[in-house]
Amino acid sequence: MHFEARFSAVGGQGIILAGTILADAAHILGMHAAGSPTYTAQVRGGPTKVDVIIDSEMVLYPRTTEIDFFLSLATDSYKRFATDLKPGCVVLVDPNMVEFSKEDEEKYNLYQVPVLDLTQKELGRMVYTSAVSLGTMVALTDIVTEEATKEALKKRAPKGTEMYNLKAFQVGYDYASELLVKKA
Amino acid sequence: MSDANESMRDVKFWPGNVVIAEAAAAAGCDFFAGYPITPSSEIAAHMAAILPKKGGHFIQMEDEIGAMGAVIGASLAGAKALTATSGPGLSLKLENLGFGYMVEAPCVIVNVMRGGPSTGLPTHPAQADVMQARWGTHGDHPTIALVPAFHHEMYTETIRAFNLAEQLRMPVLVLIDEVLGHLSDGMVPPKPGEFEIVNRPMWDGKPEDYQPYFDDKGDVPPFLPYFEGAQWHTTGLNHDETGFPTTNPELVTKQMHRLMRKVTGNRELIDSIDYYEADDAEIGIVSFGSTARAAMVAIKKAREKGIKVGMLRPLTIWPFPNKQVEEFSKKVKALIVPEFNLGQIVYEVERSVHSDMVIKRINKVGGVPINPNEILAGIEEVA
Repeated sequence: MHFEARFSAVGGQGIILAGTILADAAHILGMHAAGSPTYTAQVRGGPTKVDVIIDSEMVLYPRTTEIDFFLSLATDSYKRFATDLKPGCVVLVDPNMVEFSKEDEEKYNLYQVPVLDLTQKELGRMVYTSAVSLGTMVALTDIVTEEATKEALKKRAPKGTEMYNLKAFQVGYDYASELLVKKA
Repeated sequence: MSDANESMRDVKFWPGNVVIAEAAAAAGCDFFAGYPITPSSEIAAHMAAILPKKGGHFIQMEDEIGAMGAVIGASLAGAKALTATSGPGLSLKLENLGFGYMVEAPCVIVNVMRGGPSTGLPTHPAQADVMQARWGTHGDHPTIALVPAFHHEMYTETIRAFNLAEQLRMPVLVLIDEVLGHLSDGMVPPKPGEFEIVNRPMWDGKPEDYQPYFDDKGDVPPFLPYFEGAQWHTTGLNHDETGFPTTNPELVTKQMHRLMRKVTGNRELIDSIDYYEADDAEIGIVSFGSTARAAMVAIKKAREKGIKVGMLRPLTIWPFPNKQVEEFSKKVKALIVPEFNLGQIVYEVERSVHSDMVIKRINKVGGVPINPNEILAGIEEVA
């Protein structure tokens, strides 16, 4: 088993932490996982991404070659980082934030989740964007279990925010699960 | 799930830079001096966080060469000292690195390589400082440089770097690159007691009799730290056993050969090579660090196609394992040398083997690492 995931957004949306939690969840399940963030000069506001590679064996080549899952929360990061995507790659975009082409819809398995609106409406604070994103990712790919991800999320969440992060995860997870049902 | 949970507790998901900092502390490092530079800064940041809690010292110096000076000073006062930098920073440290070899100060220098020359590509990787590590500082000098490729190796090789530095009383370099420095990977760090810690040979006579470069016990003179009873002279000039300068050709020759012998005479201790799928290989790869990981994937893919490829991967790149590469070359019909630069280690490979040997270079610059398919294409070309 070999799985490549890329989370991209703009700096400050917490996407690198989402990648770390995904890797933790993989470790909990006894798999191997490695993550490489890409840094830009800007601390906030610059396009940013993290690649997470999950494998049943030790990760050898630590960068992506054929991406199975791609998340983007900003047009800037979408344009810059939608590379190496496998045909049929699960692509998750926030339709309010990302402009994508018709060809992309045909080429990839594209899902539209208004991650930022959902976060604002259900949680009221944008810091939970990454947990909502992670919830949608887990529901759409099934690469790690809901339980393992929640366990990892609890450990990484800043003290006192565990409950809200878990709720955010659930919001994303439930939304994406419904999407899957509709699509089926 | 409970067993997996149990082991999860021991799994650390550290960036490579943090692995190196943790390993240094585990090796007994109690002093860090540095100047922040991408992509190595996390090593300094992590040392700043953990060293004071262990009773050690962290100092951010005014510049790179100052940091190298502080490391040598701390070492001569008895500390196990570390600095970390990237290529542009190492360029600035090189004058004092030479001083470190001359005064025989055990210390470890980590270079997290990025694209160059000059300020180059600060946030992107390269493997283009391997010759700098060997020949960067002027004059004849011994060099030890280690090139780990995986998280567990960054841990064990950092400890080995300290051990070699101590045992041989000399600076030792660890070269990784931005790929490894910023890569987070799961690892279970070894526990204390699971690895050896070596300390420098100490002077056991009276302090007043101490001569800092008196070497009757071998090529590594015993050490007495500053401020422990003896006043001794430290200079970058060639010096005799007392530490004072000399231009006496005989004494200078003796000193220079002894410095070189610390490496040439201890190859068994210093050399380290990993062979991957090498036993039945008909095509050989020589690669190191993060690029060797791409090569491993390429080897797997080539073998699925029935091409027998194997790899010699030095963990010690300096001194270069010329003899081992020569032996390896005799068993294969071609050698491939993938390195993330425009051709450096390939010169060492070329001078290790018979001049008729087919050697294919795979080189790249631009900040995007060599990927497995690029190496596979090279394999198929010579197959």
